[in-house]
Amino acid sequence: MSEYAEKIRGIAKKLLDDGTVDMVIGFRKGTMPLINEPCFVKDAAKVDALVWDSSCGVNLANYLPKRKEKIGVVAKGCDSRNIVTHIVENQITREQLYIIGVPCTGMVDRRKIRLAVGKEILSVSEADGKITVTGDGYEEVLDKQEMLQDNCAICIHRNPVISDEVIADPVEEQTDVDRYADVKAVEAMDPEARWNHFEQLLDGCIRCYACRNACPLCYCPTCFVDESQPQWVGKSVDKTDTRTFHFLRAYHCAGRCTDCGACERACPVGIPVRQFTKKLEKDCKELFDWEAGMSLDVRPPLDTYRPEDPDEFIK
Amino acid sequence: MRVIKIDKKDWESGVEKLSGDYSLYGPVKQGAFHNFAPLEKGQMPDLDYVNTRLSPKSVVYPQCETMFEYTLDENQPDHHVNKEIPKDYSPRAILGIRPCDVKAIDLVNINFDNPQYQDPWWVQRRAALTTVALACNNPCSTCFCTTAGTGPFDDSSADVLLADMGDYYLAKVMTEKGEALVGKAGFDQDGSAEAGAIDDAAKAAEAKITSKIETGKLGDKVTTELYDADFWEDIAFACINCGTCTYLCPTCWCFDIQDEVQGSDGCRMRNWDTCMSALFTLHGTGHNPRPNKTARVRQRFMHKLKYYVDKYENGIACVGCGRCVQQCPVNIDIRRVCDLMNRFEPGKECA
Repeated sequence: MSEYAEKIRGIAKKLLDDGTVDMVIGFRKGTMPLINEPCFVKDAAKVDALVWDSSCGVNLANYLPKRKEKIGVVAKGCDSRNIVTHIVENQITREQLYIIGVPCTGMVDRRKIRLAVGKEILSVSEADGKITVTGDGYEEVLDKQEMLQDNCAICIHRNPVISDEVIADPVEEQTDVDRYADVKAVEAMDPEARWNHFEQLLDGCIRCYACRNACPLCYCPTCFVDESQPQWVGKSVDKTDTRTFHFLRAYHCAGRCTDCGACERACPVGIPVRQFTKKLEKDCKELFDWEAGMSLDVRPPLDTYRPEDPDEFIK
Repeated sequence: MRVIKIDKKDWESGVEKLSGDYSLYGPVKQGAFHNFAPLEKGQMPDLDYVNTRLSPKSVVYPQCETMFEYTLDENQPDHHVNKEIPKDYSPRAILGIRPCDVKAIDLVNINFDNPQYQDPWWVQRRAALTTVALACNNPCSTCFCTTAGTGPFDDSSADVLLADMGDYYLAKVMTEKGEALVGKAGFDQDGSAEAGAIDDAAKAAEAKITSKIETGKLGDKVTTELYDADFWEDIAFACINCGTCTYLCPTCWCFDIQDEVQGSDGCRMRNWDTCMSALFTLHGTGHNPRPNKTARVRQRFMHKLKYYVDKYENGIACVGCGRCVQQCPVNIDIRRVCDLMNRFEPGKECA
């Protein structure tokens, strides 16, 4: 992983030195184990702040909309797909970006690791697919694959789909994963069980909007829940209002969500927010053979009409 | 203050005796983490925890509460009149609250109960509250309470402070409310002979706190210079302006007032608000004096570490619980920001 960081620093330095970009967006080392902080570097002398490891989960595409600068941006597979979506949705131009592609073997879930270890973690290192965590008087070695974020465990686009330079050879894509096992389980429920399932998932939501704000898709100048004239949604933790927020937000992401996991990673109370978006992702795949953010040249299914679009669901 | 000893085998029966006189709250495991919740009859607080995900401030200051109800039906004689709704002010006790979180309730009190304003609901709920704090023998690496005006054995705010000594607790009974509670629980074994053990445990716990902040120079900074410091853009860059830090914080006290109407029935509620949201300062004209995230991030830290310091001259508006540090989705760390603010010299780069 340190070779990755070296590569990123080298490219960042070159881009800043020769004026290709005004800033490079990447990660700096976190103040705690298992999380790094998104940052920008404008000064070529400071590129050594940039790091890379399996705790760079935050989706950096979230930091691009409406920026005016020329930007070098470090991008994993999912980040790159959200960058494509931003370009297609006119949030930034391709010409403004120098995309530093990072083939990714998945990002770890800090909460999963803390739960597995059950003790306070003071430092973390990784090598050869193993995560070594140490704390007060102990050391434990974990299998990285088992500690991945849920979305990373079923990711089939680990390599950047768009880039100006890639820092390493492509990684092998996962092929033997069932992306929708959880959705199928919900589809199989009767309506009452399904209702209860979603009620339980939302239990504990504090309406902090971390899921929305971490999501690269949620760049609306005024979100519908923040609209006050008229006010569509109440602001308390009333169940109906909380449901309305989550479900409407999910529908706003239909055909756009790349399953990057930003929402779940951000949630401070552990709501599996992807459960609201994945059914829509599955429908888009099955109905329109669509995966979001894979190409700059194809319009998304929800803003195009084709005579042959399936319509069996309209009764 | 006196010290009593509570054998752990007597703890549960004592707690059960309390449930007739108090609504009890305590740490409860909810999925992967602990939160404070009302304890059902016979339910024990789970004291095997380090810190709760959400702070216990909601026991005295709920995230959402209805203040008034009214009718818009003009056939009713009292239409358009806000009527205060009755609330429960019966005695309540939080068992196992951490010393930093009790300190935070005192800190928030400055906002809700002062010579200028007395918030009736806060004042009455706080008056009804007895706190039984549990000292921290094993603080975690993100705890910086000892440099934030409190500490793992701070007894200055709690009614009772429990120190876990293995097979038993030593309890410092600090107030009359505390005396009343231990009396009702039937805890009366003299522990004064072992009082020194609490001090030893406190020293040991304080020594385990590795995370420290420097705040000594904050008061002397020129507010406008700090406001214009060069580091805010760098600090704020990663921020996504969610409300995680403010909602988890035990000392964030800001609220929003909302009217909700269904048909002709309306209510006026108070909800926690967050200075991270653009709506927090959006004017009716559409103008927003804090128009971007850098301004909002700066406000949060300036409020906690500068405006409060200057206004009240009793330290910072933070008790060092570390919740915002642990749960910020993008790792914005108040300890780092405090360090930058405290070291700040105009004209010198310190980012």
